[in-house]
Amino acid sequence: MIGPVVAASSDVVVGLAVGIPVVVVAAVTGVVVRLRRRGRGPSGAPPVPVGPPSVETAPVETASVETASVETAPVETAPTSVEAAPVEVAPTAVETAPVEAATFRGRMGKARGLLAGYLGSVRSRQRIDGATWDDLEEALIRADVGVGATDAVLDDLRARVKAGSIVGVDALLDALKADLVSALSAGSSGLHLPGGHPAGRDAPAATDGDEKPAVDVWLFVGVNGVGKTTTVGKVASRLTGEGIRVMLAAGDTFRAAAGEQLELWSQRSGADIVRGTEGGDPSAVVFDAVQRAAARGHELVLADTAGRLHNKVNLIEELKKIRRVAGRAPGRVTEVLLVLDATTGQNGLAQAKVFLEAVEVTGVVLTKLDGTAKGGIVVAIQRELGLPVKLVGLGEGPADLVDFDPSAFVDALF
Amino acid sequence: MFESLTDRFEGILTRLRSRGRLSADDVDDILREIRTALLEADVELGVVRTFTGAVRERCVGLELSQSLSPGQQIIKIVNEELTGILGGEALRISYASHPPTVVLLAGLQGSGKTTTAAKLARWFKQQGRNPLLVGADLQRPAAVDQLRVLGGQAGVTVFSEATDPVAVATAGVAEARRLGRDVVIVDTAGRLSIDAALMDEVRRVAGAVTPDYTFLVIDAMTGQDAVSTALAFHQTLELDGVVLTKLDGDARGGAALSVKEVVGRPIAFASTGEKLDDFDLFHPDRMADRILGMGDVLSLIEQAERTFDEGVATKGAAAIVEGRFSLEDFLEQLQQVKKMGSVSGMLSLLPGVSKDLKQASSMVDDRQIGQVEAIIRSMTPAERRDPSLIDGSRRVRIANGSGTATTDVNALLKQFKEMQKMMKGFGRGGMAGAVGGLGSLFGRGPKLSPQGMADLAAMSGTFDGSPGGLPSGGGAFPPDALAAGAVDGRTVQRGGARAKKGKGAKKGKGGGRVTPKAR
Repeated sequence: MIGPVVAASSDVVVGLAVGIPVVVVAAVTGVVVRLRRRGRGPSGAPPVPVGPPSVETAPVETASVETASVETAPVETAPTSVEAAPVEVAPTAVETAPVEAATFRGRMGKARGLLAGYLGSVRSRQRIDGATWDDLEEALIRADVGVGATDAVLDDLRARVKAGSIVGVDALLDALKADLVSALSAGSSGLHLPGGHPAGRDAPAATDGDEKPAVDVWLFVGVNGVGKTTTVGKVASRLTGEGIRVMLAAGDTFRAAAGEQLELWSQRSGADIVRGTEGGDPSAVVFDAVQRAAARGHELVLADTAGRLHNKVNLIEELKKIRRVAGRAPGRVTEVLLVLDATTGQNGLAQAKVFLEAVEVTGVVLTKLDGTAKGGIVVAIQRELGLPVKLVGLGEGPADLVDFDPSAFVDALF
Repeated sequence: MFESLTDRFEGILTRLRSRGRLSADDVDDILREIRTALLEADVELGVVRTFTGAVRERCVGLELSQSLSPGQQIIKIVNEELTGILGGEALRISYASHPPTVVLLAGLQGSGKTTTAAKLARWFKQQGRNPLLVGADLQRPAAVDQLRVLGGQAGVTVFSEATDPVAVATAGVAEARRLGRDVVIVDTAGRLSIDAALMDEVRRVAGAVTPDYTFLVIDAMTGQDAVSTALAFHQTLELDGVVLTKLDGDARGGAALSVKEVVGRPIAFASTGEKLDDFDLFHPDRMADRILGMGDVLSLIEQAERTFDEGVATKGAAAIVEGRFSLEDFLEQLQQVKKMGSVSGMLSLLPGVSKDLKQASSMVDDRQIGQVEAIIRSMTPAERRDPSLIDGSRRVRIANGSGTATTDVNALLKQFKEMQKMMKGFGRGGMAGAVGGLGSLFGRGPKLSPQGMADLAAMSGTFDGSPGGLPSGGGAFPPDALAAGAVDGRTVQRGGARAKKGKGAKKGKGGGRVTPKAR
């Protein structure tokens, strides 16, 4: 390995192809570390803006509009085990809400049998002992809640048991469920419907006095195969059913036949669709959709995007661009929904982190919850990132997308 | 984001070093960490228990060897156990004596069956076979369209008709016979394991075509549910193997371990990217390292090979060897690095990089790299060749030109000087000697532990093994050599004998390479 001959050997080149970057990376890291230590000069590298800016916008958006009562009512009013009473629900949702609540519990119940044993065995014991904690831990871990979140939840309960504020097994279980429900309910504000109208029936353009009515854009993002296109289709069916005029943007120009798949959903739901060419620029498709929606007086664009793994830098950059373009007037991005597969394990947290940072995700859609997977990773996501679950997918039919019901979800965890 | 097992062990093991033998308590502590690590990697809880049980048996009363630290010894045991489970008998495709050989793919929605079908067809084609794709997913809208497009890309004919899955599959096999195809790959609709009707349907499809191979397609990101899904499919279909998809993500892929352990069938193929060629036979060793968070050097090397411009690399190499690595070269290499993705992403692929260094590197974003670039670009060509020209007033000019402060310029120059020193070692003694110098590069950084440096240096041992082991043209080299390189590299953390041991690894295993790699 000595002498200039080295350069000629391709083996060495390959070795260096790895070696040099590593050294360069190390060197750059060194520069940064050094600068950081020094407190840096006025124009030094600015501190990396991570969470704050992205988090800030979300609450602003949701707070500025009174949240649609349709969305929140069934979720928040439903006490742990009672079905959401139609009386409490906003008038517009009378037909849908009770049905949804039933579906959620019914579907989740199907898969519940598997783990039902945990609480049974916890309850069968009279006292809270080591085995109780082990059972609870096992239930949570098997539901994909993750070691970190599980420990945090149980440690808190342990302290309360020790302090005597929780006495007895039943009280412990109730407290555990209540903790999880309140954690999952935090920050949940329902979906941001166009015009802030519950169902948008008399809404079109009435709220915007400007000449150019704004077009709301919902962006659906996520890794491959989580069900983004299907979710877009279902949301379209649901919203067109509520009288909102929806335009679909087939922003998945990468996967073969994704456009066709969405096209079929557009026929099913009666929503219009804008498609690009396969392999084309997804931002352009979204842009066209917004323009066309504005021209034709549609209130909402649902933009599908290609599935992308969160560790592919260039694909995440592409997504950032899509978001920027979608937010260009008359478009305004009111929801960025991260679609997450309930079977996803601990990697879901990494996904949520990256997508939140990149495109300011406003909520999670948890799909495929009608299977045996519990989707417990959303507990960790809510805890760490404060991202609420907004919708839940329970099957392949257009009606199988319902609002998230924390208490039903928590019940199904055990 | 997760701590690697190595990091976890640091704390526990420091207090063990003086003793000669692990006590039961020590082992308990260690096993707890292993348990957490495996759970965070999505290994199923039951499997974790069995696994830690096996490791416990081997650890209790373990006599600590002189050459390996206790941590390394345990990691070795864990690694061996993991590889043992994951490896076992590899699947060897034997073709039916009466063609066609029928392959059936099943799995949950979104696990990647359709893409896998096309990739598998392509793989068979590369093996000199003549496959036919059959689209029996009549459930998902446009699934058959997707298969047709992918089949077109793979150059494989796709058969489908709008009847029902059983009929399509049967007709597909008949069609293959008629066309003289020797392999038929049947793509089925995604289904939940608890959906009795659909499970029955796939059973009937299997009954109709009597597949030679039935593969469960499973997503590497799957969590605890992997086991119940795999078991349900196994009960219905009698699986022959598993295809693991989306391994190009950063999921640890513990599901692979769970499924292998519970179903007892090998993981036959792994899919590692969106392109049709990103598909190959499964490498158990790589997976074991990945689950343990020991980095994935092979992936890094592959990534480097894909994106690295050979011309630039050669030029850089020549500059280093001749001891004239200038800021100009640095700039060029920096742009190469940018192409490879994020800095912290790269480091996460490396084994033995300490948490501190990873944390430090996660502070480096593209903008900061851009700033370093800007500083260099604000220098005259003469200055770039000979940084010693840069005096006080030039520093101010450069800082103004690049929109930075003079302290930034100073930091860069200082860093570069140290790097140059290291590069000289590079030219003389290969990577190992050079990266040894990395220690000094970071020596004054309080955030970076000496351990981290040593790890980085140790890591160079791994790389030192790579050039020799790599066949020209960029093939794969034996995973065991790599593993050995990684382990050996770690043994030299604190010694001065870095280079020697690193090379030992290379020589010892260099001849063992076998796996040819389709690229």
